[in-house]
Amino acid sequence: MTSLLPTEDETMLDDMARGFLSEAAPVTHLRAMRDAGKTFDPDLWAQMVEMGWAGVLIPEAAGGSGMGHAAAGILARAMGRTLASSPFIPTAVIAPVIFQAAHDPRHEETLRGIAEGKHVFALAVDEGPKHDPENTKLVATRAGNAFRLSGLKTFVRNGNAADRFLVLAKVDDQLTLFDVPSDREGIQRTEMALVDSQDTARVQFLDVELRDEDIVGEIGGAMAILRPALAAGQAALAAEMAGLASGIFDLTLGYLKERKQFGKVIGSFQALQHRAAKLWCEMEVTESAVIHAGRMLDESPEDATLAVSLASARAIRTAALAVQEGVQLHGGIGMTDEYDAGFYMKRAQVGAEWLGDYGFHAARVAALRGF
Amino acid sequence: MTDQGAQQTNEEFRTEARAWLEANCPTEMRDADNSEESVCWGGRNWSFQSDAQKVWLDRMASKGWTVPTWPVEFGGGGLTRDQEKILREEMASLGARVPLHGFGIGMLGPALLKFGTETQKQLYLPPIARGEIRWCQGYSEPGAGSDLASVQTKAETVGDNYVINGQKIWTSYADKADWMFALVRTDRDAPKHRGITFLLLDMTSPGVSTRPIRLISGRSPFCETFFDDVEVPRTQIVGEENRGWDVAKYVLTHERAMISGGRTGLTGGRPLASVLEGTSDPFLRAQAVGCDIDMMAMALTLERYKDKAKAGSIGDASSMLKYYGTELNKRRFELMMAAAGADALEWNGPYGSLPTDWLRTKANSIEGGTSEIMLSVIAKRVLEMPS
Ligand SMILES: Cc1cc2nc3c(=O)[nH]c(=O)nc-3n(C[C@H](O)[C@H](O)[C@H](O)COP(=O)(O)OP(=O)(O)OC[C@H]3O[C@@H](n4cnc5c(N)ncnc54)[C@H](O)[C@@H]3O)c2cc1C
Repeated sequence: MTSLLPTEDETMLDDMARGFLSEAAPVTHLRAMRDAGKTFDPDLWAQMVEMGWAGVLIPEAAGGSGMGHAAAGILARAMGRTLASSPFIPTAVIAPVIFQAAHDPRHEETLRGIAEGKHVFALAVDEGPKHDPENTKLVATRAGNAFRLSGLKTFVRNGNAADRFLVLAKVDDQLTLFDVPSDREGIQRTEMALVDSQDTARVQFLDVELRDEDIVGEIGGAMAILRPALAAGQAALAAEMAGLASGIFDLTLGYLKERKQFGKVIGSFQALQHRAAKLWCEMEVTESAVIHAGRMLDESPEDATLAVSLASARAIRTAALAVQEGVQLHGGIGMTDEYDAGFYMKRAQVGAEWLGDYGFHAARVAALRGF
Repeated sequence: MTDQGAQQTNEEFRTEARAWLEANCPTEMRDADNSEESVCWGGRNWSFQSDAQKVWLDRMASKGWTVPTWPVEFGGGGLTRDQEKILREEMASLGARVPLHGFGIGMLGPALLKFGTETQKQLYLPPIARGEIRWCQGYSEPGAGSDLASVQTKAETVGDNYVINGQKIWTSYADKADWMFALVRTDRDAPKHRGITFLLLDMTSPGVSTRPIRLISGRSPFCETFFDDVEVPRTQIVGEENRGWDVAKYVLTHERAMISGGRTGLTGGRPLASVLEGTSDPFLRAQAVGCDIDMMAMALTLERYKDKAKAGSIGDASSMLKYYGTELNKRRFELMMAAAGADALEWNGPYGSLPTDWLRTKANSIEGGTSEIMLSVIAKRVLEMPS
């Protein structure tokens, strides 16, 4: 496998992404959106599309930039650092893997559309408080040549901005994936107002008609195409969480070097130095797992499950530690809405649930490692 | 000197290495047992535990694979970093034991390659590679532990020699080693970091004596070492007189990387899952999975840092490997002890050396710089936090 050190291209991509985001989407941008009651910034997304980010997993022949999973991780990581809001993971990571895994020329146009920024996708999989796709309950009932869908999907990230939903439902008790326009009659979405101020919807299906051509793959074939897509999404999310951790860490370290008490900079207190050093160690170890997951997805996707869950589990824990230490080491100011630390804490909490929590990933590791 | 490395593709090398290992690794050496009891340290005083252990050492040494990345001219294999990784992978898949351990390989060798004179390299490196000379590390003293730069063992110049007087402590295997690399004070008036010299000395020199100290594990791997008017030729300085601290620090970064990997069971050793077979305690299992996750991530981190080291120096970041690796290893052994329950409480009981090994791990976060010191090094040098 390729070394876990960044290649020259990867370093350039990272510098470019960070440079762009620190200008175009710093935490103040998220704050302004929240204060204005907005969860989607089409202009920001258009600029990301312009730079080839939407097509990061789409081959050049299909209109994408074909940079791969390691590169997607670099972009997600950079976005995590500044808490940039975008539909990147569902649209640029999960959806393209789904459509490519389905191996159907019908989807070429969709892929091209994603790369060109024509679509925002959202994944309508979860039904309860925990990510558990295999236990999906929603049923699509056969009705002549079509299907009728009634029920609820929740925690649909980017579900308000999305023009297409990827819906997981059962047909004849078999998990089946549908690609449905969000304006299909009978679909009602409501904003969930999550703690992290990101676009998240509860989607109600009221006797929605689904057609044969809405099925991605085949009836009962959902997991075969969803599994690699979820893995890709989880790896990108892990990268985002690792980036989030380094974002709050930098903020905290800066504060430790500046704030004075007892006539000294607080960063000179050994108790705080050791807490910062421990956190940095956790971040370094997590970083290796995150990079490794990207490399595995690029080089041997069939065997990447363990690597992805390893990265996810580590990133969830490290981000949680980073935000908790971050707030604590700031003292009172860390608790104020005016300061940015809280934004990191709230995003970390949401990221720790979406696409599988620590227990979900640890259970997968346990199974794969023979526990 | 030809670098065997460059002429072959990695896949060709893998095929060749696999075939060679298959043909040359004695069956008894294929038990992947890198436990303290089965380690080969070499040296004049070494008695091989079996013929196979000797055969394995000699064959690997003849390939230069006891020190795969050292230059061929100094007894190494001249392998590239990629090839070294492949060799380790192939050894692991065969279950082959590491043929030779030692402070010569992990600590002194790298320092000589960087700071030694041509003569010193030719004199000292090949016997390390062949397992003929075993080295010990004379750093710590009763008054100089974490505050290592305050070493007091003194070296006075008399003609072409130094005359050494003083005491070292915690010298691992001083009673078994042939030679020592030591820190001695050559200038009492200079600031403490500027009056230390890095010196090589023969343990059979008149005036050197050792006294073993017993550990909580029941083993006695380390000693007090006394110097009573010991004469050492001044040609045995590594680096410059009074500039030994630079060499000492360089050795420490290697020692830290070595302790974080080699001695922590991240590379080989009893897998956690197998130890848990006897228990259904869900709380223990959950902790073990968490530990396993962190161990896998740490193993990847060791690889990443080896690549970094090859591309440049990792410097003080080796403190991260040392801190994290050793704390993780202690956690792993706590879990193994808990899983085995009362069966693990008996010396050489059903779990063999587990209780001894468990106690030994407690030293991992002390030797080579304590965890607390590692965290301070990270805070000050890596994170640049103020004093
Ligand atoms: C098994 C084993 C093998 C060893 N082998 C060798 C060897 O071969 N050669 C050799 O030279 N040495 C060897 N050592 C010695 C080892 O390097 C020292 O024990 C170690 O550096 C700590 O020094 P000390 O024991 O004097 O503890 P001290 O320095 O007295 O430390 C006591 C406690 O205080 C803490 N502490 C000290 N200073 C600070 C500070 N500034 N901030 C916060 N906390 C602090 C320490 O972390 C520790 O918890 C070995 C030790 C062991 C246990």
